[in-house]
Amino acid sequence: MTAIRKYWIALIFSGFAAFSYAQDHHGHHDHATEHHDHAAGQPADAHAPDSTAQHDQAGHADHGSACGHSISAEQPFNAGDNAVHHISDANVIHIFGETYLNLPAILKTEKGWHVFSTSALHPHHHGNGEQAHEGFVLVHGSIMRIQGGVMADQDYHIEDYTHQEVEAGGKKKVVYNAVINGQCYPLEAKTTYDGGILGGGVTSFMDFSITRNVFTMLLTVIVLFLLFRAVAVAATKRRGEAPKGLQNFIEPFYTFIRDEVAKPNIGHHYEKYMPYLLSAFFFILGLNLIGQVPFFPGSANVTGNISITFVLAVITFLISTFSANKHFWEHTLWMPGVPAVLKIFILTPIEILGLFLKPFTLLLRLFANITAGHIVILSFVSLIFILGKSGESTSGSIMGVTASIPLTLFMMTLELLVAFLQAFIFTMLSATYIGTAIEEPHHH
Amino acid sequence: MLFLADFNVLKPEPGLLIWTTIIFLLFWFLMSRFAFKPIGAALKQRENDIQSALNEAKMAREEMSNLQAENEKLLAQAREERSAILKEAKDAKDEIIAEAKERANAEYKRKVESALQDIENQKMAALVSLKNEVGSMAVEIAEKILRRELANKVEQESYAKSLTDNIKMN
Repeated sequence: MTAIRKYWIALIFSGFAAFSYAQDHHGHHDHATEHHDHAAGQPADAHAPDSTAQHDQAGHADHGSACGHSISAEQPFNAGDNAVHHISDANVIHIFGETYLNLPAILKTEKGWHVFSTSALHPHHHGNGEQAHEGFVLVHGSIMRIQGGVMADQDYHIEDYTHQEVEAGGKKKVVYNAVINGQCYPLEAKTTYDGGILGGGVTSFMDFSITRNVFTMLLTVIVLFLLFRAVAVAATKRRGEAPKGLQNFIEPFYTFIRDEVAKPNIGHHYEKYMPYLLSAFFFILGLNLIGQVPFFPGSANVTGNISITFVLAVITFLISTFSANKHFWEHTLWMPGVPAVLKIFILTPIEILGLFLKPFTLLLRLFANITAGHIVILSFVSLIFILGKSGESTSGSIMGVTASIPLTLFMMTLELLVAFLQAFIFTMLSATYIGTAIEEPHHH
Repeated sequence: MLFLADFNVLKPEPGLLIWTTIIFLLFWFLMSRFAFKPIGAALKQRENDIQSALNEAKMAREEMSNLQAENEKLLAQAREERSAILKEAKDAKDEIIAEAKERANAEYKRKVESALQDIENQKMAALVSLKNEVGSMAVEIAEKILRRELANKVEQESYAKSLTDNIKMN
């Protein structure tokens, strides 16, 4: 009987959720229409392909034709785009509705450093800024620069953003444009080091801003530090006494890393590496867990960003490489007891490759696991929008919510496990690499 | 197309790389200095304390069992001693009794012997006195016979006979 009642409550709740979402969507729709009307009121309409403005700005855009589709125009819901948008880093933090936490922007261009608050970019719906500041704009929460460093003399009101596909060097590329005073200005993204493989590359500016990920990292680090400091103070004060409160929560982690990770893998020199292993474990665990919180200040996909896992893997690589002993190098570069030909052509190249592959797998594993978890959860949440036809069908939304809640719940539980597991695996493998590097030769 | 182009979690960015490095190194330094070190030291001390307490308990237990064993040994020894003493006492008793018996026997023998000696002596004395008596009696009888008239021979003989009968009666 009580079980049935529980289901009823869940059903009613999901109905409300779907209904309120549908309402919200209608509000959004109205807003979008208003936005369009507003844009239409301007002398040049960027959406009209045959307007004179399009021809006027031909000099700015690579293509002489239209500067693409408005990104604020209504498009069918795309779960993939939605997921990518949510797992990406951003220069503003979306709290709720139209409320954003404006983070400091620190940008480096050929003209020097640009430091300002992202509030200067007037973040608005979907993290798109309504104002250009020092030639920078905000698209989908990310800072972009108007190409060629133009429009940097003052703040400009941005009417709209468009995106279009252009061909550059035989490759198709998506270019975003900002529409200012009816003119289209192509934008460029910040510098990334993917070598152009993923559509990024070195551009005219670098973004050193406190982004959502940096903010989350700082927050996590501060919370962890306060937590551990409290435990450390308690442990020092209650020396020789039984542990109490928080100590009982934190100390098992410490002993776990020491007894299950450091000691068996590193051996009796383990104590030297304990601070790093513990720092890496709690840093990753803290970020994994805060990333699971679906609302502010959580939800940032920090450990699912390759830049973060890269840094951690590089530190592990440096530690293991610099603490490696003669025995390790001998076995890596010139394995005793193997014919020289085999060593030169097979073994040594493989071993050298392995040196770099180990940290590479380390960074990829953590990144892939956390990003995948975020994407799956976002996909399940997207069910509500897909089945509800983006809010047009309330009954569809109810169906979506009923399907989505248990699936998301399941996934979040699994992700909780993954959060611990991946932090553990990263630490464990780091300890293994260090252990292999400092292993003493066995005398048979 | 849009998907991959915007998949910027896979693109290393200078800003994030720098910030992560700074934040993580700072975290590492601060945590190891102000958190892990004191926690580790406290844990180590507690573990040592627990270990030493356990060792002490073990030692105390061992000592206790040692003591107990010693006690038992002492008890057994005491028991043995007691039985030895008892045995000794018994032996002494037996010896005393035997000696006493012997001495008693000897005394008895001596007494009997001296009694026999006495009897012998008495007998000798009696014999001597008897001899004296018989002598004096014979003299007396002879006197009496002599004093009587020796009329007839029969009377004489009966008289003599009555005299000897008198002697026998003595």
